[in-house]
Amino acid sequence: MSKDECKQVVLDIIAEIAPDEELGDVKPEVALREQLDLDSMDFLDIVMELRKKHGIEVPESEYGQLVSLDSCAEYLTPKFNALV
Amino acid sequence: MELSRIVITGVGLTAPNGNSLAEYRRNLLEGVAGISRIEMRYMGEVLAGVCDFDPMRYQKRKELRVGTRAGSISIYCAREALQNSGVDFESMDKDRVGIYVGITEHGNVETENEIFNISQFDYDTKFWTHHHNPRTVANNPAGEASLNLKVTGPSYTIGAACAAGNLGLIHAVQMLQIGEVDFAIAGGVSESTHTFGIFAGFKSQGALAEHEDPNKASRPFDLKRNGIVVSEGGALYTLERLEDAKARGAKIYGEIVGYHVNSDATDYVLPNPERQSQCMRAALKKAKMAPEDIHIVNTHATATPMGDIQECEAIREVFGESENTYINNTKGFIGHAMGAAGALELAGNLPSFEDGMVHPSINVDELDPKCALDKLVLNKPIKAKRVDALLNNSFGMLGINSALIVRRFSD
Repeated sequence: MSKDECKQVVLDIIAEIAPDEELGDVKPEVALREQLDLDSMDFLDIVMELRKKHGIEVPESEYGQLVSLDSCAEYLTPKFNALV
Repeated sequence: MELSRIVITGVGLTAPNGNSLAEYRRNLLEGVAGISRIEMRYMGEVLAGVCDFDPMRYQKRKELRVGTRAGSISIYCAREALQNSGVDFESMDKDRVGIYVGITEHGNVETENEIFNISQFDYDTKFWTHHHNPRTVANNPAGEASLNLKVTGPSYTIGAACAAGNLGLIHAVQMLQIGEVDFAIAGGVSESTHTFGIFAGFKSQGALAEHEDPNKASRPFDLKRNGIVVSEGGALYTLERLEDAKARGAKIYGEIVGYHVNSDATDYVLPNPERQSQCMRAALKKAKMAPEDIHIVNTHATATPMGDIQECEAIREVFGESENTYINNTKGFIGHAMGAAGALELAGNLPSFEDGMVHPSINVDELDPKCALDKLVLNKPIKAKRVDALLNNSFGMLGINSALIVRRFSD
């Protein structure tokens, strides 16, 4: 999986969790919470969907890695690739 | 101490046969029921009263995803009631608004859904949602309404089995009278059509209705009645002290002049007609009214073989001598809306003050002789000489009884 594909996986999850948000203009380098109406419960939903849909575990101490699309890709892409 | 008079100034509802008071009333007078056959997890097809209101009218998609069906019903009914009341809600002090929502149960739906969810993951609880607790706390249906409306006063539910719709209103009356709030949104809601447990429980009890025609399944007082049709829905009212309602020139639907709540203390499920009649009499006493002053008694009868007979016995004891009192039932149209039942059934009769009609109990092809009350209104509406007061019965499991009296407003 490439980093761009990883970002798309995260965006697909966010589309389900925050269905009222417009995701076309999300800037990958900017914190998600600065540009989208996401709260801490929504981040727990992202973690849960990664677990349910993709079998990826994000320990609580590493939640900070999910701050932006870029940091998600940086952190999650190796995890996805390790699954294969 | 002279307590303030409390009046109803707005109604918001969703029922299986109507999403506004006008539509609901029209269907009650035209004999239009709203029962359908739905697929129930683990059980197959069951009969149920399903509402088709548009939750997106007042909620975002994210709120729908995170919240509960009962929360959506509360929000819809509360918003509709506020709109109907004509109150300037935006400029109201939200600290002084109370939301009191009657519920039969809450949390079954969400718990069952989550157990089904983790069953897809070999029951590993790490897949259990963090939304479980806010969804299942007992105050959820009122709490979601407070979030949606930005109400900062007391918002909570009243758990009272199937008497809960009346109890929500009664509690609001008390809170207004003791000055805890200045404006109340109150009534009852039900999301029970989404929990297989309620259906399976009634089925095991031999109390779940079945009929080839869904709209004939709920048939209180009919000799061939065979149980309850479970429904969802809600009715919330805006309630105010009379002086406040008059000061803003509000339309007044009626005045709550009497109520009573008591307990059978005899059985988990079987009703007790003696306590039911005591409850009605106590409500009359509080209202300073005699049985003849009540023009409509809306029964709780759910179409169980025993329950209907026992309520008729209780009504006969109180109203048997009254020539003025018509008796009806709303569940033939909408099934048993559980926590919403009392509030929805009151709403179905409230327009009688204006149109003078008494809606009938439908689906009575052969009246059970044990339910043959003289003034039972069967199958077709009737025009009453006058309708000045209603008594609304709502009873529930563990022997909770409630009677609420609403009178046509006059100064």
